[in-house]
Formats: sequence, structure tokens, C-alpha cells
Amino acid sequence: MSVTTLPSRGMALRQPGWIARLLDYKPFLIVMCLAPAIGLLTVFLTYPLGLGVWLAFTDTTIGQRGIFIGLENFQYLLKDPLWWNAVFYSVFYTGVATIGKFALGFWLALLLNNHFPLKSLLRAIVLLPWIVPTVLSALAFWWIYDPQFSIISYLLVDVLHIRSTNIDFLGTPWPARFSLIAANIWRGIPFVAISLLAGLQTISPSLYEAAMLDGASAWQRFRYITFPMMMPILAIVMTFSIIFTFTDFQLVYAITRGGPVNSTHLLATLAFQRGIAGGELGEGAAIAVSMIPFLVFATLFSYFGLARRKWQQGEAND
Amino acid sequence: MKNDITRREALALGVSVAALAATGASAQTASTIKAADVPAPKLAIEKGASLRMLRPVRFVQADEDVFRANAAKFSKETGVEVKVDFVGWEDINQQTAVTSNSGAGPDIIIGFSDAPHIYIDKLVELTDVADYLGKRYGGWLPLAQKYGKRNKSDAWIGLPFGATAGPLIYRKSVLQSIGFDKVPEDHAGILDLCQKLHKAGKPAGFALGNAKGDGNGFANWALWSHNASLLDEEGNVVINSKETIAALKWVKDIYPSFIAGTPSWNDVSNNRAYSSQEISLTANGVSLYFSLKNDPATKAIADDSEHQLLPKGLAKVSPMAGLTLNAMLFKHSQYPNAAKAFLQFMLEKDQYEPWLNANSGYWSQPLAAYAEAAVWSSDPKVKIFKDTMQSTYYDGYKGPISTATGAVSADYVLIQMCAAVATGASTPEAAAAEAEQRAKRYFRRQGR
Repeated sequence: MSVTTLPSRGMALRQPGWIARLLDYKPFLIVMCLAPAIGLLTVFLTYPLGLGVWLAFTDTTIGQRGIFIGLENFQYLLKDPLWWNAVFYSVFYTGVATIGKFALGFWLALLLNNHFPLKSLLRAIVLLPWIVPTVLSALAFWWIYDPQFSIISYLLVDVLHIRSTNIDFLGTPWPARFSLIAANIWRGIPFVAISLLAGLQTISPSLYEAAMLDGASAWQRFRYITFPMMMPILAIVMTFSIIFTFTDFQLVYAITRGGPVNSTHLLATLAFQRGIAGGELGEGAAIAVSMIPFLVFATLFSYFGLARRKWQQGEAND
Repeated sequence: MKNDITRREALALGVSVAALAATGASAQTASTIKAADVPAPKLAIEKGASLRMLRPVRFVQADEDVFRANAAKFSKETGVEVKVDFVGWEDINQQTAVTSNSGAGPDIIIGFSDAPHIYIDKLVELTDVADYLGKRYGGWLPLAQKYGKRNKSDAWIGLPFGATAGPLIYRKSVLQSIGFDKVPEDHAGILDLCQKLHKAGKPAGFALGNAKGDGNGFANWALWSHNASLLDEEGNVVINSKETIAALKWVKDIYPSFIAGTPSWNDVSNNRAYSSQEISLTANGVSLYFSLKNDPATKAIADDSEHQLLPKGLAKVSPMAGLTLNAMLFKHSQYPNAAKAFLQFMLEKDQYEPWLNANSGYWSQPLAAYAEAAVWSSDPKVKIFKDTMQSTYYDGYKGPISTATGAVSADYVLIQMCAAVATGASTPEAAAAEAEQRAKRYFRRQGR
């Protein structure tokens, strides 16, 4: 014989445990859910950035602990012609390369937005420069620009007989600067083209149909539909492009290492040269930190200047 | 590592054959190297010891093969596992820096020339092993002592394994065609030669780009042969001197006779230009000669090539420093005795001599007795590299070696000074003043 005890009414209505109650508490849940992300950001972003900024205010060298020296590194840089040269070339490199990438990338995006045979294949091919590891493409350009074995010089001198001597791409400052910019444009075009192509495909065809009914020319359709509609994505892509270009390192380091006569040093390569190769970690960090104002300015300019224009929200510009 | 040893052991015979093929010298011939009977330091190898080592990647394949075979032999004899990793020349400094700063990583790193002076506080002294090897093998050569010992001290902080030099290499037939048997020793003569080579369409070419080896080699030679130097004996920066100005003026004069593009040259550019017969005179290690000699397509160029020590100019001896392999033992190693025993083992005759021979002259010995190694009589065109470590010139000459001397070299300060004047970007006076400012910056912080 067995005796069965029915659950009492009190047990059926038992209050949940403290863990359950805690997990039902919304502020706690928010903190719990955000903690991993905040932890990761702290460890992998905030700490390295903070350490870099701290090093910039010390005289740390490789193998030796440094002490806090305030703004001494920055004061030295302001008197250093090489730093000024790197600032100039970083801005020039970024400006010219970005204009080049956007002009060609936008043009390519417009072309790829049309219907034509093998469209998918061509779009895939356009991505190639982006897929190839940067150092590999840098080595290819290094060969292309070689003073003795350049394929361009070979074509011009030995095949077409247009020139009698090889082109000295990297041996003098300005040709070297433009050679690097050309390599950067080649490498950056796919990012711009594919991003803008994605933007172009979001524009409703009905807008173009309406414009055509109104008799708008191709230029007018571009000027009054395509370009305004593309402004938000242009702003985002330009912001990223400026950041990528301004902080470029691999192309320059692999092709010229900042030469000839330090004329092609970007701030990133100069920071590495001084901080790691030269062992001046503090000064290298200061050069890297000196990039931040330029990047913030460029980001704010492209973001507020292009993305937040009132006319995009249906209002006139101020 | 166990598998590695087995594989390498199987290769041991092949290594000797490779050394023979590469050097033309027999690795099997009886050694003529004399070793004094000196008691070895008593190093009680720690129980269960294993070692990890990092060294620069080989230039000659046989270098790696014999080095690994020697390490495997040590493991077999002592039971100490040794893992040897090879890394690119440009990466070794960064990896050493990380190891030093983090206090973790390889027990032993073979760095370059002044590396032990940079990480001096993190290193185990190797004086006992160095003293033993010095007594046993005829003494350490001057460059080995300079780079191996702490400044103004007899304490060894690094153990040099060898050095490579960059003497001149030239096309004998081309020089003869313009009336020269060899490269003159005086600056006016060199200038005259280079101008005539340029006129003959077979110019000279010396790296003026940010090239660690060849660029610094040319800049140092230009300065030292004019009796200019970065430092004086006390370690004061004296680069902005009348001797430097004279050197820079000479560089400016000679630069137009070079092949175009030298301000963009890196360490392989002159090899390529010489191999393709674009130039007939440059400075390089023995690897260029061997790459030409071992390729049937270019053997004729090797046959027509001669080596010559860098011209003295105003210096008393050829002002040529060797890039030195310098082993460091880190304090964080759990097995310092095993590490010392390993380094000692690798420099003993039975291991070192085959390795030296296998390198075909690329590395030259730090210990005097190894001058009798077979490699130096294998090819008369290689013999010139034998006395590389007899040089009294080094990075930071004439001053004490410090972190800053390495930094000046790594930051290409002297190369840029020469390149700026050569290309007309700067006057000799302005370039020397700028180099002085940059060098002083390094010495103010790192000259310790």
C-alpha cells in the first residue's frame, strides 16, 4: 500500500529562487550581457590604445623602462623636419590617393551597375586587388618600379623605343611619392567600387523612370538622383578609405621603406622606424598618437560634411 | 623535435656532400685546426633540460643543414632537446625585443653584432665559456671581442659565431678594358675609375637606399675611409666634422657615376644589377659570387669577377666592419647551464669546422684557430673573407657600442645623410648637422 501526498497549495505557489529573481532583474541582465563585449573592448582595444598613449609621454626604449616626460616627445617632433615631412606626405598621399580611388572607383561602380554579359565574373575580377595580400601586391609593384628591371621601362625602352633610358621610379622623391600613390589607388579601387556598387543597387529604378519621363538627361539623372542618393554611402566609404589610406604601412614599407632620402615616410612607417627599428618606443608612440587628430578631423569632416547634410533629410542646405 | 633529430641524422651524410659541393673543399679531409688542451668549464646540465633557440635564416642552405645536424648531435649526446627556429633577418631584432621585454620565449637568440649590448641587463654572462673557447682555439679575433664583451670590460655578454663582410666585387675584364687592374685605394682614383666605368656603359652601383647591410656598409665606408666617424673614443657624437663634410663631398662627386636608382636600392638590388651585368662594380658578401658560380648561366660572370677589400682611402687599413652573428643567453632561461653547454658545443672544432666549411665563406670565424679551415683554401676568390673578424671597425666606431649605435644604424641615419647630399636634397653641411641631431637624440636616451 502506498500513500500519495498531494502537493500543498503553498508549494505550488513557491517563490522563485534568488538566482532566478536576479536573472529577471533587467539592469542586472543588461550588465551581464554587455560585460563580455566591454571586457573584450577593454582588453583588445582600450588597453593597447591607452598603453600607446601612455608610452607617448614616456622615454621608454626597447629593453629599458621609461619614465614620464610629459610633452617632451611631441616638442621634439615639432622641431623634427622628418616628422613634418611625414605629416606632409601622409596628408598628400591620403588626399591624392582618395581622390583617385573615388574617381576611378565610382566610375567603375557605375559601369558595373549596368547589365552586360559575364557581369558576375567581371565583378569578381574587380575584387582581385583587394583579395591579394598587400605585401604580395607591394612586392609586385616593387618589381614594376625597379630602376633596372621595371616592366614599364622595358616596354618603353626595349619594345616601343619611346625612351632611351629606364624610368627611375623610386630613386627621386616626387616620382617615388607618386609611384606609391598609384599602387595605393590600384589596391583601394575594389573597396570603393564594390561598396559604391552596393549603394547604387539600392536606388529605386522608379526614380530614374520618373526623371526620364520628365526629360532629364543622363548627366541630370546622375547629378540629381544618383549622386544625392549615394551621399550617405559615399560618406561612409570615404571615411573608411581615408582612415585606411592615412594609416597605410605595408605598401610604403615594402616598396621604399620611407626612402629615397626619407621622402616617402608616412606617419605610420616613421612611427615603426623610430619605435621598433630605432628602439625609441616612446617617440614611436608619440608619432603614432600624432596621427589621431588628423584621423579625427578627416572622420568628422567626411561624416558631418557629407552624411549629415540637411538636404538629405528633405531640407535645404544652410 | 624527436622526429626532427631522426630526420636530420639521416641527412648527416648528405650534409657533408652538400658542404663539399658548395665549397669545393672537402669536409672529410683531416682537420688542420689546432685545439689546445684546456679544461672545459664544469657545466652541470639541469635535469630534464630542453632549449629553444632563434637564429637568422640561412643564406646558404648548407648553413641550416649543418647547424641542425650539430644541434641534433648535441641532443643525442646530452639528452637535451634543442629546438632551433630560423627567422628573417629583419625580424630578429623585433623578436629579440619582445623576448627581452616580456621575459619569455627562446633561451638563446643569435642576433646581430651589437644586439647583446642592447639587451645587456637581460642576459647571462658567458665569460666562462668564452674564456675556455678563446684559450682552446687561439684567441678571439678583434671584432668578436668588440661585439662579444661588455664595453671596457672582460665580461662576455655575447658569443660571436661568425661574421660576413661586404668587400668590393668587380668585373676584371671591364676594369682592364678601361686601364685598371684593380680598384685604386685612394678616393681620387676610385672617382676616376667610376667615372670611366660610367662612360663605358658599365657603371658602379652602391646602395643609398634604406638597406640595412649594403646601404650602411657604403655609408660607413665613405665616412671611415675619410677618417670620419659617428663617435669619438669617449662616445661623443662627432659626426658633424670636417672629415664627414669631406666624405660627403666625395659622395656627391661620385654619385653621378653610379647607375640610376641607387637611392632606392635595398639589400638585394646590387646583387640583381651585378648578376644581370648592368653594373661592373659593387660591394657585397660572398653569396653573390657563389650564386653566380653555381648557376651555369652566370658562371662566366663569376669567373670574370674579383673580390677586393674596401679601399683604404685615408684610413690605415681597409675600413670594413663585418656583420656578426652574436649569441645571447637570456636570464629567463630555466636551463642556463644546458644553454651554455650547447653554445660551447656548437663552437667546438667537431661541430664548428664542418659548419664553417659548409657556409662557403659566407661566415668567417671568430676564433683564430679556425683560419685553418678547409674553406679558406677551397677557392682563391673566397680567401679574402677569411679575416673579416680581424677588422677593427664596427657599428659605432670609434666609440663604445651601445643601444644607440644600433639604433643609428637601424634608422639609416648615416645612409640618409649620404643620400641627401648625393641627390642634391641637402648640402654636406646641412646633412651632417641633421645626422648629428638625429644621432644625439638616440645617444641622449639610449647611450647607456
